[in-house]
Amino acid sequence: MTQELLKITDLSVEYRTDKETVHAVNHINFSLNKGETIGLVGETGAGKTTTALSIMRLLPEKTGFIPNGSIVFEGRSIYDLEEKELHNIRGKHVAMIFQDPMTSLNPIMTVGEQIAEALELHNTDHKSHEQIQARVDEVLSMVGISPSRKNAFPHQFSGGMKQRVVIAMALVCEPDLLIADEPTTALDVTIQAQVINMIRELRDRLGTAMIMITHDLGIVAQTCDNVAVMYAGRIIEAGTAADIYKGEFRHPYTVGLFSSIPNLREKTARLTPIPGLMPDPTKLPAGCSFAPRCPHATELCRTTPPAAYKNNTHVIECHLLEGKDGWTKEARV
Amino acid sequence: MMTNMENVSNVPLIETRGLKKFFKVRGGLLHAVDNVSITIPARKTLGVVGESGCGKSTLGRAVLRLIEPTAGEVLFEGRDITKFNRSQMREMRRKMQIIFQDPYSSINPRMSVAEIIAEYMLINHTCASKAAAFQRTAELMDVVGLARRYANVYPHELDGGRRQRIGIARALSLRPQFIVCDEPVSALDVSIQAQILNLLMDIQDNMGLTYMFITHDLSVVKHISDEIIVMYLGQCVERATSDALFEKPLHPYTQALLAAIPEPDISMRNKPIQIIRGEVTSPVDPPPGCRFASRCEKAGERCHRETPDLAERESGHWIACHLYDGKGV
Repeated sequence: MTQELLKITDLSVEYRTDKETVHAVNHINFSLNKGETIGLVGETGAGKTTTALSIMRLLPEKTGFIPNGSIVFEGRSIYDLEEKELHNIRGKHVAMIFQDPMTSLNPIMTVGEQIAEALELHNTDHKSHEQIQARVDEVLSMVGISPSRKNAFPHQFSGGMKQRVVIAMALVCEPDLLIADEPTTALDVTIQAQVINMIRELRDRLGTAMIMITHDLGIVAQTCDNVAVMYAGRIIEAGTAADIYKGEFRHPYTVGLFSSIPNLREKTARLTPIPGLMPDPTKLPAGCSFAPRCPHATELCRTTPPAAYKNNTHVIECHLLEGKDGWTKEARV
Repeated sequence: MMTNMENVSNVPLIETRGLKKFFKVRGGLLHAVDNVSITIPARKTLGVVGESGCGKSTLGRAVLRLIEPTAGEVLFEGRDITKFNRSQMREMRRKMQIIFQDPYSSINPRMSVAEIIAEYMLINHTCASKAAAFQRTAELMDVVGLARRYANVYPHELDGGRRQRIGIARALSLRPQFIVCDEPVSALDVSIQAQILNLLMDIQDNMGLTYMFITHDLSVVKHISDEIIVMYLGQCVERATSDALFEKPLHPYTQALLAAIPEPDISMRNKPIQIIRGEVTSPVDPPPGCRFASRCEKAGERCHRETPDLAERESGHWIACHLYDGKGV
């Protein structure tokens, strides 16, 4: 049952310019089984989107570099593929939903044409025009849009409907992996609920694995099996949803994230924000990258990067776990 | 001084009566704000919550007379400012300020941080000299938590949280009584958002400010508001204290809105998210009847025919819904 679909090992991504090198992603590891959903959580600049783009091999050619690491999708290394094989994977086996639906839709093509495009490009079993149109109608009704509207243009749709079209485009080839990059951030809360419900239903029905990229801990709680919390390009904590939301030990950054959100059920007079800002990715601190903002930071944290500590499914990169019962130290990669 | 104090305690600082703002668009009149009456007592925060297009920003701007209301009154300490002439209004503007969602598009990128903060004081001659204005600018930077070393940098060199601090310092520079905060934290990351919310609450306490806090984020509005109004298509559908609204939302739209929030709690993950069907309908020449009726599960024939009035159904809890007037839907 648990078949490994995607495995990322020791991946780093840098953006190099003449002046400086941005260390966007630093030595991350995670894997995803078929049908599972993992949430990548973190704030702006944590490296979530860069991770997603590197899986799709969509990093900007001139500035994006991968100094080390590997991405293996269904047993094959993405970075060893020929351009042609890559075309076959993108859209058909791995699909992506972006935050802003308007920028991922072509304003001068009807939505029906745009959904059909992926089918025509990946038409390996020689479907006829009629079969393709029938499939377009089918996915449109699946995302709750009447097939009679397939000849409409994107500007004739509201924001929520546009995002549904983008989801229909992503799902039309029944991909094995769906990468959703902040799919509901631009939407209103009632429309967000509709879209999340729909993504959950479709995922359960089609058995699609999913990487859900978001800064919203509420969405992660409602959709993800596993969670990886990113900070300054590293996965500083990873585990099952229960580990992250209910775990006895959690990374101080994760704790800070939770206490920054106003609670809907209890009255709190003041929030407890994380002081300071994320470090500059061109000059990361020598020790733990969260140390400058961490209330528990010691001299050790400022000078030595922490190892990863593991307890069953739960992994935390933090010096505080040294010697804690049940936590074993792993070598830092 | 004494009379002034009494004045403040008896009369709400801000009050609108039947405020309307309609825009002419192709195909008719867009009812952006339609008959909204609010009161904000001094030193309190009124939260205005609703989805995009519900008219919450238009309401904020109409209250400040940044756009001219189509009808209705805006009272500041009991005086109707919609009747004020230019010079009275100019005087008034010092007392009322606004903080925008995107600090970067509301500040001049070619001015340094200190110049931006000092600008209003120099234009309004509120300081004895230019040097005094920049002295006060430095003090304001301390208040909002901007290190003085940023005085001569340009806004593009700063992150979103610091830019928002510039916007707040500038809004405070004329010692206003009332500030409209229009989605001031929506563009910020959660950890920075919490810093700015705490700052806004601290300066309210220290300076006795009154806020109108406009946002689509329900957990933020609950945290910061004393009283909340929920807007839908230009109208206020529910008005209650922050606690009452979240404990016992009465309007079907408010109930749907609260149910739609994904909570950061995994024990609720198997609970299907309650959703309302459809999307917000057009605010252009809306037909009579409740504007939420087409999406409302409880709507009856009367809801499509007759517009419900906002009425006080429980002490301090106002709802515009036929379900609660005992005459049926």
